Amino acid sequence: MLGLTALELARIQFGFTISFHIIFPAITIGLASYLVVLEGLWLWKKNPVYRELYHFWLGIFAVNFAMGVVSGLVMAYQFGTNWSYFSTFAGSITGPLLTYEVLTAFFLEAGFLGVMLFGWNRVGPGLHFFATIMVALGTLVSATWILASNSWMQTPQGYEIIDGRVVPVDWIKVIFNPSFPYRLAHMTMAAYLATALFVGAGGAWHLLKGRDTPAVRKMLSMSLWMVLLVAPLQIGLGDLHGLNTLKHQPAKIAAMEGHWENEPGKSVPLILFGLPDMKAETTRYAIALPYLGSLILTHDINGQVPGLKDFPAADRPNSTIVFWSFRVMAGLGFLMLFLGLWGLWARRGQRLYRSKYLQRFALIMGPGGLIAILAGWFTTEIGRQPWVVYGVMRTEDAVSDHSVLALSTTLILFIVMYVAVFGTGISYMLQLVASGPKAEHDPARDEQPHETGQSLRAARPLSAAPDDIDPTPDQRER
Amino acid sequence: MGIDLPLIWAIIIAFGLMMYVIMDGFDLGIGILFPFVRDREDRDTMINTVAPVWDGNETWLVLGGAGLLAAFPLAYAVVLSALYLPLVLMLAGLIWRGVAFEFRFKSDEAHRPFWDKAFTWGSYIATFSQGVALGAFINGFRVEDGAYAGGLLDWLTPFSLFTGAGLLIAYALLGATWLVMKTEGPLQERMRALGRPVTLALLATIVIVSLWTPLIHADVAARWFSQPNLFFFAPVPALVLLASWALLKTLRGEGHAAPFLLTLILLFLGYTGLAISLWPHIIPPDVTIWAAAAPPQSMGFTLVGALFIIPFILAYTAWSYYVFRGKVKAGEGYH
Ligand code: HDD
Ligand code: HEM
Ligand code: HEM
Repeated sequence: MLGLTALELARIQFGFTISFHIIFPAITIGLASYLVVLEGLWLWKKNPVYRELYHFWLGIFAVNFAMGVVSGLVMAYQFGTNWSYFSTFAGSITGPLLTYEVLTAFFLEAGFLGVMLFGWNRVGPGLHFFATIMVALGTLVSATWILASNSWMQTPQGYEIIDGRVVPVDWIKVIFNPSFPYRLAHMTMAAYLATALFVGAGGAWHLLKGRDTPAVRKMLSMSLWMVLLVAPLQIGLGDLHGLNTLKHQPAKIAAMEGHWENEPGKSVPLILFGLPDMKAETTRYAIALPYLGSLILTHDINGQVPGLKDFPAADRPNSTIVFWSFRVMAGLGFLMLFLGLWGLWARRGQRLYRSKYLQRFALIMGPGGLIAILAGWFTTEIGRQPWVVYGVMRTEDAVSDHSVLALSTTLILFIVMYVAVFGTGISYMLQLVASGPKAEHDPARDEQPHETGQSLRAARPLSAAPDDIDPTPDQRER
Repeated sequence: MGIDLPLIWAIIIAFGLMMYVIMDGFDLGIGILFPFVRDREDRDTMINTVAPVWDGNETWLVLGGAGLLAAFPLAYAVVLSALYLPLVLMLAGLIWRGVAFEFRFKSDEAHRPFWDKAFTWGSYIATFSQGVALGAFINGFRVEDGAYAGGLLDWLTPFSLFTGAGLLIAYALLGATWLVMKTEGPLQERMRALGRPVTLALLATIVIVSLWTPLIHADVAARWFSQPNLFFFAPVPALVLLASWALLKTLRGEGHAAPFLLTLILLFLGYTGLAISLWPHIIPPDVTIWAAAAPPQSMGFTLVGALFIIPFILAYTAWSYYVFRGKVKAGEGYH
């Protein structure tokens, strides 16, 4: 297809399916924790606004979760169908990690999800809160295991190669490999940021439409506090992550910086913009600031950073792509910081709920976290090439022997299906956000103290997501 | 060392797959039965009986895949790349089926029939692909130098197409008897009536597969009909007949949970028959579980977690079913 080789097609297929997948887990992780906070606040303060927001975001969570599950199912099988040599070679490490993820995380999420979504009137408030916490815990545990697996592929240790396959010798070293703590912290914060921005954009949209209710205000306010807190943290974590990467994958850093030649003793400039050219081995049209490269990458004004030319051409990742994907991520990070600070400043005199400019900016930043996440993963994964297990196994040796015909057929199937299914799902999610939170009466909760819920029938729809979405949400209840 | 790690792992994976077949079997069965129920309210009720549990049911499939990768990486690599197309189709089916749970309640009137169809077709395609994969697995794979050496379409045989159809029947029966247990009134009556012909069809399928397998695989035949084995297997056909007879009887009578439990017994018997035919191969016809095993460091590390955690999983799964016990009434869920 289009003159692509089987290897390239397999890579596109993996990149395409996982790029769709990661969007949903990011929102799942963030929303699950947000729902824990909302339900906790409702139980503690008994302010109905929190319950209203809980049920509102629960419906959106349900749709998102279903898409996370089915897109994840594809990932779990793709290692065998498309990367069979990788699985034979390194399955002894990635397999146990994935199995632990299933046992400790996926079952936990799935086991308590039913009660969380449908059990509001069937179990007591404490037990329901417990179910919400278990689901949130499951999402975080899930991230831990899968990132341990991915980080091991980036910075492998604790293994030996015997008879042409990986044999784990020290599981502690395998799991706590050098890049794992950074990746786990950076990705978890990324999920929280992406969700905060998504929720905040929802609040901003309703305010812009003139629907100024306590719930809408709470939504915007909570999410901007979160952004204010997490954005600087994320930038700090990213900086540390970069130092770690320089130590273990210097070629990746050189590619991210478009840095070709290191002149010993001279400090490295920071290239703000430019166009790395892999053939000509240079970065064209570079706008560079002296010293800053050394300062940022090594925290030392005279620090040395290997250039791409220090690596054989066959071992260089594609600088043209990662140079830009890195800048998209970092640039968005600073925009998020700006949003957080603006929000803080606008709290004086409640301008948060009146400033159209701030609300428009928050709205535009809605997808920003997800874009940064994708850009971040593109940097990480493309920057790792040509290795699938860094320094140990090349990507070209990992791929199954499928024909170009087979791979093109399935790739087209995946693309058509993902766009149709997940496109529709995302549009349903957005419509749900647009329908807005509704003040609700919950007799079971408001009037009588709760019993075990034996004969209580679901007062709400059994589907976690409200039935018909009203396309003109203007006729809301209040 | 006395512990036979590959053996224990083979048992865990077989257990995981059986849990999957039983649990996602009745979810998928509901999709398979959808075309036989036209009424919208009945369809809602059908979906409501499984909406809180389907995700957990599907997780057993993920456990099967992950456990295979952890304990038998070679089998995971060979079997999955050999079954590339059926597995991609299965995943496609599961995607449509999975999102339809939420989407059909979210869409407007105009699009609802579309998601109903997606639910039905997704269930049919996923089930049929699983059955085809099963048939191809029994048929075996060509392995050279530790990699799959066959073609893209080797899985496509009359036998595998037949097992595909057979699995549709099995899941339909699971779905129908599950609904007998979870619903009441006309819908329940409809399921009782449907259950009887489906039981007979499943019985016929089991007989045909039991005859066909030894006919095309001499080694399987040898295992079945050799001396001490024959003695142990002899009761299995008798038990199958007994269970089918009881099933037909309870479907006609008043039983609520009994038909579902009898279907479980029937499928369990079929499953043991299968296990006996394949044992001890993890990549039929030649590669045994010991030849495909991961290093003991991998199997041991994962086993500790599996033995410790699976009881907890079973406990909270049971609790979740308990919370949603009892009949699901028509119109209860949606306005
Ligand atoms: C940082 C987090 C993260 C990352 C990098 C990945 N996932 Fe994921 N995955 C999750 C976080 C997550 C989650 C939050 O736990 C999900 C999202 C929705 C859900 O149900 O759980 C999930 C769902 C999910 C499921 C469905 C689980 C179920 O049935 O409940 C599977 C099989 C996978 N994932 C497998 C993978 C594989 C093989 C990945 C790598 C190639 C992967 N995920 C990357
Ligand atoms: C979740 C977010 C992730 C995204 C968006 C992502 C993105 C990508 C992309 C774009 C590629 C193609 C790179 C290229 O071909 O140049 C790739 C390759 C790959 N990634 Fe990731 N990745 C993610 C997570 C993971 C995780 C968690 C793992 C392992 C557990 C993983 C393992 C792989 C493997 C095995 C390949 C195939 C080899 C290759 O083509 O490079 N990835 N990924
Ligand atoms: C200025 C701020 C930031 C800096 C300096 C930074 C730094 C980095 C670096 C160096 C990597 C590559 C690590 C490696 O491959 O070894 C990375 C990856 C990544 N970044 Fe950032 N980042 C920043 C902001 C953000 C933001 C705002 C998000 C999302 C909301 C984000 C999400 C990610 C993700 C998902 C990855 C891939 C996973 C990983 O390797 O951790 N980053 N980041």
